[in-house]
Amino acid sequence: MAAARRLIGFNLLTAIVLGIGGWYAGWFGAHAITGPSLDWFSAADYNEVSVFMAYIGGVIGFLAGLGFLNYPFARLRGYPPSLREKETGGWSRYFSLCTDHKVVGIQYLWGIGLFFFIGGLNAMLIRTELLRPAHQVFPAGTYLTIVGMHGTMMMGMMSSGILGPFANYFVPILIGARRMAFPRIEALTFWLLMAAGGILTTTIFFGGFPTGWTGYPPLESQANAGMDCYILFFALVGISMTLLGLNMIATILTMRAPGLTWTRLPIFVWGVISTASLMVLAAPVLIATLGMAAFDRAINTTFFVAGGGGSNYLYQNLFWVFGHPEVYILALPGFAIVLELLPVFSRKPLWGYRLAVAGLLGVTLLSWMVWQHHLFVSGINGDLRPFYMLSTELISIPTGFTFICGMMTIWRGQIRFTVPMLFCLAWFFNFLLGGLSGVFLSDVPSDVTTHGSFFSMAHFHYTIMGGLIFTFFAAVYYWVPKMTGWQLNERLGKIHFWTMFVFFNSTFAPLFALGFMGMPRRVVTYDPSFQFLNDWVSVSAFLLGISMLVFLFNLVWSLAFKKVPAEANPWGSRSIEFQLPSPVPVHNFDRIPVFTDDPYGYGEGPAPQWVVPAGAPAGRE
Amino acid sequence: MAAEPMAARPSDGVSHGRRVITAWLVVSAIATPLVVVLVGPLLPPGNASTQASQQVIDNTVITGIVTPVVCLIFVFFVYALLNFRAPKGGALVDGPPLRNHAGIQIAWMVITSVTVLFLAGFGTYELLQNGAGGGQGPSPVAVPGGKKIAVQVIAQQWEFTYRYPGFGGFESHELVLPEDTYVVLHVTSLDVVHSFWAYELGVKADANPRVDNVAFVRTKAPGMFQVRCAELCGLWHGYMYNNGHVVSADQFHAWVKSQQALYKPIAKYLPGFRREYLPAPVRRGG
Ligand SMILES: [Cu+2]
Repeated sequence: MAAARRLIGFNLLTAIVLGIGGWYAGWFGAHAITGPSLDWFSAADYNEVSVFMAYIGGVIGFLAGLGFLNYPFARLRGYPPSLREKETGGWSRYFSLCTDHKVVGIQYLWGIGLFFFIGGLNAMLIRTELLRPAHQVFPAGTYLTIVGMHGTMMMGMMSSGILGPFANYFVPILIGARRMAFPRIEALTFWLLMAAGGILTTTIFFGGFPTGWTGYPPLESQANAGMDCYILFFALVGISMTLLGLNMIATILTMRAPGLTWTRLPIFVWGVISTASLMVLAAPVLIATLGMAAFDRAINTTFFVAGGGGSNYLYQNLFWVFGHPEVYILALPGFAIVLELLPVFSRKPLWGYRLAVAGLLGVTLLSWMVWQHHLFVSGINGDLRPFYMLSTELISIPTGFTFICGMMTIWRGQIRFTVPMLFCLAWFFNFLLGGLSGVFLSDVPSDVTTHGSFFSMAHFHYTIMGGLIFTFFAAVYYWVPKMTGWQLNERLGKIHFWTMFVFFNSTFAPLFALGFMGMPRRVVTYDPSFQFLNDWVSVSAFLLGISMLVFLFNLVWSLAFKKVPAEANPWGSRSIEFQLPSPVPVHNFDRIPVFTDDPYGYGEGPAPQWVVPAGAPAGRE
Repeated sequence: MAAEPMAARPSDGVSHGRRVITAWLVVSAIATPLVVVLVGPLLPPGNASTQASQQVIDNTVITGIVTPVVCLIFVFFVYALLNFRAPKGGALVDGPPLRNHAGIQIAWMVITSVTVLFLAGFGTYELLQNGAGGGQGPSPVAVPGGKKIAVQVIAQQWEFTYRYPGFGGFESHELVLPEDTYVVLHVTSLDVVHSFWAYELGVKADANPRVDNVAFVRTKAPGMFQVRCAELCGLWHGYMYNNGHVVSADQFHAWVKSQQALYKPIAKYLPGFRREYLPAPVRRGG
């Protein structure tokens, strides 16, 4: 009965109901306004204005149902500021607006995980179609929708793949704070992302979209109403990323505990700053670009229409101004996780701390200057190609800093091959191949052949899946026991690692060869001579999928059935989060800690006692 | 958690660094020439055109440079992971607290910077010779000298049409080029963005509506090449491929004559040759 009563109120259930209500209100409202009189506005079988208004209404209803409007209204009516949403206890806070950063972190983990699996499922469908050179399983339009859904879902969701769950959970703890700077905005970023994921999934009811994750016009302008779902998805992801980044920067700048100087900051926090600054500056470009695209579709503006005063080059330029920093939004958290975990499992200080920071910041800076390397053969600014070739290749210098710092950290260490460590070591292998294949793509003469081929597809899967997803799992195995209070099974973890590592490479390495042999991306048919390698790749991809199921099984088995309590510090880490109980208590610290050193002093004497043990007088903010 | 202070390992007297560098130099000295000689000839896109051969050279140079890098990382990790593992079980033991080494940092920065600058310089040099087969936009910077024949590539959903402005402007659905000839390709589109990719010729140029994207290619011996669309262009993108041919000069002129005869009745209906065409009105359909 008590559980049933919890269903009433501001929570996910209410949000879904109000979201659907808002959707229909927007749909019929927009039809009532534009429908009869402005039919000529759109050359579509759908009234695009209604589609956009419906989803905007839906998002507003969804957020209202979660209770995001309560606080602004309360403030308008003169109530004092509060963080009341934090006090809600029990399981139901995971399904509602909660301002505890630790709850948001766990919400992110499961929410993003859900869409990661949907995206992965799409990859399985793609590989099923490509088992034979002839067009076989799916209609061509459906196939393109699957390709687009896979790319868009992965890019959109995994942009927050590490900052969402792990930075939200651990950055306040690592900097000795009790919360994020803007806890309500923190919750908003998560629920916006879930609304976005829902919207992208509904594209299938509107005929899907044919453009892949890049959404180039004019193809975008001629697409079905499913394209609107893509636009809304990415715009909402952009808003979520901007706010997430802003929140992270504000938190790290203003809320560090006494003694936590910039050179004592854990390297993971530096990675978060780098990523967050890219998010804050890049995602608004995406939002604006998609806004223009939406106007082009709904009310026949011509921002991207050649001959109407616009240009589809404009879209390509703007998209990659966002898109290239975006790939570093995906990659940089991986660098940071690797550098954060290697000292723990080599029991040595992080080697070259300042160089490592310089590497992260150097990549952040350079990633703004390279976007036209996606457009080397497009005919755009042909005379600037040497510059973009140089700037792109320069990125390997700060990336190399990460390599040398990581390598020198394990050098002469006491290496323990735990599951998180294995994933970090795999990062070196994957990112080495991913980075060096990027050299071919950055060189214009080589890029003429490799651009738009399976080679570039293999390249970015090596950097993003091999770089981000592997370190994502390193972080999961390293931190989830701390977050949930339950141990993950180590044997299953090792099985997961080895199957994932082997089948990841066996899936993506042959794609380099296929690209070199001339297979273009996003095709539904291919030359029969490519069949053997494609079949090899497909079978490997299915086995890679099974490896993910091993992980899922481990998660469910360990967290729901086995429930072995996790120790406070299972890894012998000197980092502050491991000096706290597992799971971390609601207010993190009894008293705000004072930092006297960085967390990497392995071999330099006993760990400093940053955390006042429980039982000391509790300080509340 | 208080860990044991660092313990002496039996191998601590050994200069690990010198061993790794020696092993790396030996492995690289063996592997690099082997890779260049064995893998080099397999690298794409082949020798059907000057640009294709040039790209093979680029690919070979890059492969030659990345091989020692791969060797370094592999040698390092094999050595480190075999030698520096913590003993199983027992208390946690800390490693030596090495935090920095200016010499290693400087050496690393110098080596990576020199490599990167060399690659960028070499790529620029190769690119500026003749554009390396890539689309350079309407006002190309890397223009090879000499006489060239022009062919316009008109992409639309979902096929390529080739127009020969120097031969009366006839159109064909098949790309036929004479051997040993410099060709200027003017790539444009009537609807969405496509990408004209003649794999064996080492040519790739995006087709944008109202844009004249120029690429240069010098054919070599007669042979067949594949044409594919390399930019997602909608429903039947996967079906947008065709074969082209490089033929002898005589065959080419005979083919041109036959095409001119074939297209004569409709030639007067074709629009006049332009560098770009008005895109077709936006239409729905996938
Ligand atoms: Cu095409």
